[in-house]
Amino acid sequence: MTVTPLTTTPEVTPVQLSAAAVAKKRLSSPWASLAAIVIAVLWTLPTFGLLLSSFRPELDIKRTGWWTFFTDPQVTLDNYRAVFDSDSVNLGTYFVNSLMICIPSVLIPLSLAALAAYAFAWINFRGKNILFVAVFALQIVPLQVTLIPLLTIFAKVGIAGTFWPLWLAHSTFALPLAIYLLHNFIKEIPAGLIEAARVDGAGHVSIFFRVMLPLLTPALAAFGIFQFLWVWNDLLVALVFAGGGDTVAPITLQLANLTGTRGTAWHLLASGTFVSIIVPVTVFLLLQRYFVRGLLAGSVKG
Amino acid sequence: MFSTASTTPEKLLQMLSALLLFAAVLGVVLFFASRVRGKRSDNLVGYLYLLPVVLLLAVGLVYPGLRTIYESFFDAQGNAFIGVDNYKTILTDGDQLTVLGNTIVWVLIVPVVATAVGLIYAILVDKSRFESFAKALIFLPMAISMVAAGVIWKFMYEYRVDQPNVKQIGLINQILVWFGGKPVQLLITDTGKLNTLLLIVVFIWIQAGFAMTILSAAIKAIPDEIVEAARLDGVSPWSMFVKITLPSVRTTIVVVLTTLAIGTLKVFDVVRTMTGGNFKTSVIANEFYSQLIRADNQGLAAALAVVLFILVIPIIVYNIRQVRQEA
Repeated sequence: MTVTPLTTTPEVTPVQLSAAAVAKKRLSSPWASLAAIVIAVLWTLPTFGLLLSSFRPELDIKRTGWWTFFTDPQVTLDNYRAVFDSDSVNLGTYFVNSLMICIPSVLIPLSLAALAAYAFAWINFRGKNILFVAVFALQIVPLQVTLIPLLTIFAKVGIAGTFWPLWLAHSTFALPLAIYLLHNFIKEIPAGLIEAARVDGAGHVSIFFRVMLPLLTPALAAFGIFQFLWVWNDLLVALVFAGGGDTVAPITLQLANLTGTRGTAWHLLASGTFVSIIVPVTVFLLLQRYFVRGLLAGSVKG
Repeated sequence: MFSTASTTPEKLLQMLSALLLFAAVLGVVLFFASRVRGKRSDNLVGYLYLLPVVLLLAVGLVYPGLRTIYESFFDAQGNAFIGVDNYKTILTDGDQLTVLGNTIVWVLIVPVVATAVGLIYAILVDKSRFESFAKALIFLPMAISMVAAGVIWKFMYEYRVDQPNVKQIGLINQILVWFGGKPVQLLITDTGKLNTLLLIVVFIWIQAGFAMTILSAAIKAIPDEIVEAARLDGVSPWSMFVKITLPSVRTTIVVVLTTLAIGTLKVFDVVRTMTGGNFKTSVIANEFYSQLIRADNQGLAAALAVVLFILVIPIIVYNIRQVRQEA
């Protein structure tokens, strides 16, 4: 894994041992390895236990610990079938809802932020600096502060209970950080490129599409993935705006409902949990580099 | 298009039409922007590009924020002006003081422990053969939802009555039994804030990967010449850590600590999933939700949101300053 955070200088080619490596070497290696293994096991075991349980029969899960699997292995896919049963947990519907919520909630803020970031970086208009500082400062607003009035607004407009509140809320909350990050990236693009295009008679629209967009792709990907996971994993916005039913509520909400109403239905909770994390884990494994970059840069969000 | 879609095809159609509508709005903006010519064109194009953003932020962030501050001075239904009574409640009511106390415990413990674990682990696996795999293990909890993390740990903490024919299914209680102890109702016991501390463990489990990733990048950025020079001088591993590694990543540590502190102040999903804020485990962000939805006390919820805002501001300002210094 190569991690290239936005905040640090590019890595130096590691020809020699780093400070940490030296410290570790001298700290008598076996102990260091042991400590690392202990931490790694502590961090993996809880997930592993539930994953294993999700494949055990319902009665086994309720009566014996998952470690009994090693002396009495019983495997079933019933728990996974059960969470997709449309008469009870119906996780498939919620899975679809999550996708429906996520796609616009990523595309809308991303394109709006790209336009705004371009304007802030490369167009000279009056009041630019004040406006930029204002947008930048909005990053500090915790989303809790906005939820109560937004509920009223959405009800008044008549879109409460649809996907619209979720799309609009997620898009809005994403904007300040997205604009800030994309702006940082865009202003690093050499001015010569833009000036050359202007001399050729290109306007801001064609410069944006022909010069900027191709160069922006890595930054857009990083923020897009980050925003996708943020929306997919969100609970608070969903709880406040999506209501209880299965019409718009995302998968996290149904999983949270399962913990509340059937605290002991561990066979459903186990399989449900892994259905819900399959998307973020896949995204993480495939796009680790982008994901980490987005996460590093987006850590102040919310 | 703005009504409730109930079947999957309907939902898909609604999503596509929403995206089309959005594309159309963008199209209009770009069309006018491409038509603008002349001396003042830059001004106009700039405003056009920012128009959708400014509208969304004004209606969706600025107005609601101000409105919430205003509403925090009103009663449960938002009808009668009651001055600072909601804030008085937060600072004097027994339950609310527990909420505030818990939040402070969270903010004091999570950032320090998560950063320490992240730093130690980053150093331990640095340049080892399995570095990327080892890092992915710690980082994975960061990628999944906090709801899922909550379920995973609730299973760890699960309790079964202490009877001869009943076996424990939660690992922690089983370990207690293996060592001759009695199983404990872990998430219900608030003696010594036990249940709050157990929830904190979950959040540390989630956040340590974040600390590790950033600190690891910072460690790798320490110039090799410095390390090599220290090595030639025969510096001991401990002083290498104290005199070279730590000072080199000091600003990064501060950034990680403050970032984690902000995240911790807003912790909601973990508490809500694991205890629902019952058994004296509530924190500000969870109490906000409980007051808004369950207790139907809009005024108090608004005041809690404002308190959260006030607590976050100094940390964010400090965080941004550090990031800028480092950049």
